Amino acid sequence: MKQNDFMNTDIQAFHGVWVYCEQRQGRLMSTDLELVSEGRKLADELHTELCGVLLGDGVDGLVNELGGYGADRVYVCDSPLLRDYVTEAHAKVICDLVAAYRPEVVLFGATNIGRDLAPRVAARLGTGLCADCTHLDVDVGTYVEFLRENSTLDEKGIGEDKLREKFGHDLKMTRPAFGGHLMATIVCPRFRPAMATVRPGVMQKAPFDEAKAAAVVTEHPAFELAETDLHTRVLEVVKSTRQIVDLLGADVVVSVGGGIGSDVERGIALGQELADVLGGVLGGSRVAIDSGWLSADHQVGQTGKTVHPKLYIALGISGAIQHKAGMQDSDCIIAVNKNPQAPIFEVADYGVTGDLFKIVPLMIDSFRAAKKTL
Amino acid sequence: MKILVCAKQVPDTSGKVAVNDDGTLNRASMPVITNPDDLNAVEAALKLKDAYGCRVIVVTMGPAAAESMLRELLAMGADEAYLISDRAFGGSDTFATSQVLAAGLHHIGIDPDDIVICGRQAIDGDTAQVGPQIAEKLDLPQITYAGELTVEGRTVRVQRMLEDGYMTIETDTPCLVTCVKELNEPRYMSIRGILRCFDKPVTVLTYEDLKDEPLIDASTIGLKGSPTNIAKSFTPPLKGAGVMLTGVDDSAVVADLTDRLSAKHIL
Ligand SMILES: Cc1cc2nc3c(=O)[nH]c(=O)nc-3n(C[C@H](O)[C@H](O)[C@H](O)COP(=O)(O)OP(=O)(O)OC[C@H]3O[C@@H](n4cnc5c(N)ncnc54)[C@H](O)[C@@H]3O)c2cc1C
Ligand SMILES: Nc1ncnc2c1ncn2[C@@H]1O[C@H](COP(=O)(O)O)[C@@H](O)[C@H]1O
Repeated sequence: MKQNDFMNTDIQAFHGVWVYCEQRQGRLMSTDLELVSEGRKLADELHTELCGVLLGDGVDGLVNELGGYGADRVYVCDSPLLRDYVTEAHAKVICDLVAAYRPEVVLFGATNIGRDLAPRVAARLGTGLCADCTHLDVDVGTYVEFLRENSTLDEKGIGEDKLREKFGHDLKMTRPAFGGHLMATIVCPRFRPAMATVRPGVMQKAPFDEAKAAAVVTEHPAFELAETDLHTRVLEVVKSTRQIVDLLGADVVVSVGGGIGSDVERGIALGQELADVLGGVLGGSRVAIDSGWLSADHQVGQTGKTVHPKLYIALGISGAIQHKAGMQDSDCIIAVNKNPQAPIFEVADYGVTGDLFKIVPLMIDSFRAAKKTL
Repeated sequence: MKILVCAKQVPDTSGKVAVNDDGTLNRASMPVITNPDDLNAVEAALKLKDAYGCRVIVVTMGPAAAESMLRELLAMGADEAYLISDRAFGGSDTFATSQVLAAGLHHIGIDPDDIVICGRQAIDGDTAQVGPQIAEKLDLPQITYAGELTVEGRTVRVQRMLEDGYMTIETDTPCLVTCVKELNEPRYMSIRGILRCFDKPVTVLTYEDLKDEPLIDASTIGLKGSPTNIAKSFTPPLKGAGVMLTGVDDSAVVADLTDRLSAKHIL
């Protein structure tokens, strides 16, 4: 059993925003760039430095890219023991660095690896961790703006003065709870660092800045790590041979749901063709995934991916709250459903009531013709 | 060898969810279920029991009402259950919850060939934090996102699922594993199991029972001991309803849609 002896209640002694930069097989994850961009904003609000923390084996070459998206400094820890992700190795190095440098905020991507590492680190440091955040603020003014736009709270419910007084300097970490029915803003007022995992695909990547990329400082801090610190052995790392669907990066997502059930093959073909016409990718609701029509990486929603493409088309999807949670921030939403009462129409910019097997072929032809005349 | 499974009773968030005026969840209006991933955890334990005859103990922290879940898990085939329940533990965040659960597991006793199994995440909070935090508190190696699990002697081998594939990882008992739903298909309670579940022991552990555990410290449990607090909770506004397109027939509707998209330069 472990007791915690890290002194982290002296809030003033902690400075700087850190991003744990996850690499797999020597390549950065897209979440790293989203987090560095978001971390930049927070560091500016706190008037402090933004640092990346990069663990791996021979990963110096990744530092400039992190700089280009906003990192002032990157701590690089290189060791063969850090090449493949092993919880104990990464947790030890991160905790030791945090104890030595005392950052006030540490962010992780809410990937399978980030969600393995961050709780272990937070438990060891004896600090709070907010899971799967979709919005982060320090500045009370911007947080209040966010609430005005994204909540049903009135001015009294928002209570700006009280927020300022109680949580003025704290990181305000907002996330969906109870399957997206509620949003909660979490704070960690008594301990540092404040820690969060951040949902992939939610934070916007900043434009790449050549000058910042050139100016980034690489630092190689001393750290101790021995084979005997590791109690798990990685036997193999297997990359999926299937092409992973790039839902997060797509401008157009066409998703199919339970409504294709009467002719799955044709439904998928229609969804795919519509996506192709628009230069987009195919996604699906949980029903489409659980029924085995599409593989798990196609799933949009609370337990799938959060997407915000320019155009989202929902075909035969009822619009359960867990599905909406993953797509309602798309710039433009089109829904086709034969049930005029389907909840998906509550978030759709354009709703079409009808049979998707009749409507989609018309859409394909009409969109294709419209594109040609441009 | 014994398998200790942490399971939680949660509100069913798949149906309609009622929210109180103050923005908190109206729990009384919602049915409760066993957290879905935790059923996979119990199934994984029962499979090991089928193969090796080990004991399966389920552990939960929650209100007295959580006993109904424990009885169901006993009816599935678990041998023993513990309900960790006390006012002092209420309002715990994941850190404080794992502190109490780890103390409970330590109190029950973890032997060198034991395995602790948790679900990946609970659907009320979806945090996936409690498993790794228990592992840290008990100083056990952890393997999360198990999509396949085999045990041979003291060696535990897991396919740990990643977004872009998987890793095969091995560790030795005692250890903690969290499992995803792809791991197995949870069995149903059997009639015999239901008849026998009331004869199996359910032990209640209160603050008094655990207070001498090194992890139980008034400053690290319950609402007061939780490092995180909820500053605000709120419901997202409904997006302003868009337009429902109508026309004489489907072709007219689609033509209208195409025009609108072109006008907005979306096409
Ligand atoms: C913890 C939890 C997490 C979840 N996470 C997710 C998630 O990440 N993503 C997700 O999508 N869901 C998720 N769900 C499931 C969610 O609650 C719904 O069950 C699911 O989204 C329903 O999918 P669907 O709308 O495709 O299917 P259905 O509910 O079957 O709806 C089908 C729709 O198609 C329409 N339809 C039928 N035939 C036609 C036709 N010929 N033409 C046009 N319309 C037609 C019907 O009117 C209906 O509205 C989650 C649930 C839980 C409990
Ligand atoms: N109160 C609890 N009692 C028992 N197990 C729990 C409890 N809370 C969480 N767990 C376990 O930890 C896992 C992850 O939960 P969470 O971190 O809340 O998403 C669950 O699947 C359970 O196995």
